[in-house]
Amino acid sequence: MSDHLDGNMLAGALGELFAVDLTTAVGRCASCGTSAVIAQAHVYPSGPGLVARCPACAEVVLRLVRGPDRAWLDLRGVTCLQLAVPPAAG
Amino acid sequence: MARAAVLGRLSWRVAELAAVRDETPTARTLVLAVPGWPGHQPGQHVDVRLTAADGYSAQRSYSIASAGGQQGAVPSLELTVQRLADGEVSPYLTQTLAVGDPLELRGPIGGWFVWDTAAGQPVLLVAGGSGIVPLMAMIRARAVAGGRVPFRLIYSVRDPGTALYAAELAERERAGDGLTVSYVYTRAAPAGSGLPTGRISGSVIAAAGFPAGQAPAVFVCGPTGFVEATADLLVDAGHDPHAIKTERFGPSGGQS
Amino acid sequence: MGIVSPGFSGRRRAGGENLPPGQYLVTDFPVLSAGPTPRVSTTAWGLRLTTETGQARSWDWAAFRALPAEDITVDLHCVTKWSKLGTHWRGVPVEALLDGVDTAADYVLARSYGGYTTNLPLADLLDGQAWVAFEYDREPLDPEHGGPARLLVPHLYLWKSAKWLQQIELTPTDEPGFWESLGYHNYGDPWREQRYWGD
Repeated sequence: MSDHLDGNMLAGALGELFAVDLTTAVGRCASCGTSAVIAQAHVYPSGPGLVARCPACAEVVLRLVRGPDRAWLDLRGVTCLQLAVPPAAG
Repeated sequence: MARAAVLGRLSWRVAELAAVRDETPTARTLVLAVPGWPGHQPGQHVDVRLTAADGYSAQRSYSIASAGGQQGAVPSLELTVQRLADGEVSPYLTQTLAVGDPLELRGPIGGWFVWDTAAGQPVLLVAGGSGIVPLMAMIRARAVAGGRVPFRLIYSVRDPGTALYAAELAERERAGDGLTVSYVYTRAAPAGSGLPTGRISGSVIAAAGFPAGQAPAVFVCGPTGFVEATADLLVDAGHDPHAIKTERFGPSGGQS
Repeated sequence: MGIVSPGFSGRRRAGGENLPPGQYLVTDFPVLSAGPTPRVSTTAWGLRLTTETGQARSWDWAAFRALPAEDITVDLHCVTKWSKLGTHWRGVPVEALLDGVDTAADYVLARSYGGYTTNLPLADLLDGQAWVAFEYDREPLDPEHGGPARLLVPHLYLWKSAKWLQQIELTPTDEPGFWESLGYHNYGDPWREQRYWGD
């Protein structure tokens, strides 16, 4: 049995860094090419940092470390993120 | 209710405990007054931070139990906290935090595990233990919005005494506006009911859920093992995996 | 620092112990991992040591257990601020694995089953400072805590004590590992509070 959480638990940590909710973005796994919403990633809340893995192939898609006054984000595990942007208001 | 505007990065704000309501001997609802709260969508959560005098801090996530929408002069929201015997934060929130005390929180958090009150398709909610909390926010939001979208709740609990919101759920079901509530008792069923005990199964989902052909939106919330097992059963029953949204509670992401 | 929560003190035990700066004492043994727990049976297990010139030696479980082992009691300091004192392990001193190995390398990259890596100076693995541990509290090391065997380097933060050890790679240059490449200090001395880059 896996012992991971869902990617939606990244929303708090990522919400400190970005004004947009990245957990609703779609990421394409750099290892296997599967596209999934970041909220569906398998997150392992390792003490030193957060590690999100592809729900299909389990390779790392995102890593986040939070220091007292800095954060480090590694997104090499996704080839890109697709974010919804509201159409310009009339 | 209009979607809350994006206000920039999340930051901590100080709420005040306005009232408490004990749901069970081990679970308490905290009614928090949160000046400046921008509102929230049902299913979202907050992060709560406790700090000791020497600077030691602990942080946990709690689903918001109340529907969004402002009531009264100062916006408020409700959290329902299950006290874990070996928890670090839940004993403080359920036994030490007193009316008038401050509580630091940030949010609302999470745009994925939310139910849009304007969405038209039927909704299947499956809760394990304290996983009922965000789903209750959805049920309450539906009522506030006057919605009549069919909602079916399957709520797995150890025994009747550990069920949260039992009276409110019964009352809402009696209102007859399209909410049905089914319980799964894993250890002990109500005395004299003759109901079976056991874990959630394919036959429970078939009896109490929607047929896959009705393409409901599905929300599953609870401990990791429960969510895994339930998601597998739902896919086996023909539900589209993309229509199933899950929120696992875990040792550090969830409530303790 | 956030606002003080009246009446909150947290799970820690009171101090009075000689702890590195910023650490708190805990009584449990937190289990934290960057991925699914590898489940490696002792029949499938192997430990490999490679040098910068491509020499390699390896041990299966029987060969590893035939190496000299010792009982040790050490303090653990995790960068997430918890410390656990007086923990009991049994393990093979790393120098026993290096016995007779010809190398000019100054650094090590420890690799775990599951892909985790961490880097250390070779000198920090010698002179009674490090073990490959296979027992905790007189029981075979649980997979949750890094079993069948893990690196144990108590004088550095615990992220350097790679769980599920699979390979010790001697490298001529220092190659930052999993956490060292994402903000964590390259060396990690708890007594100088070297948690992050630049500390």
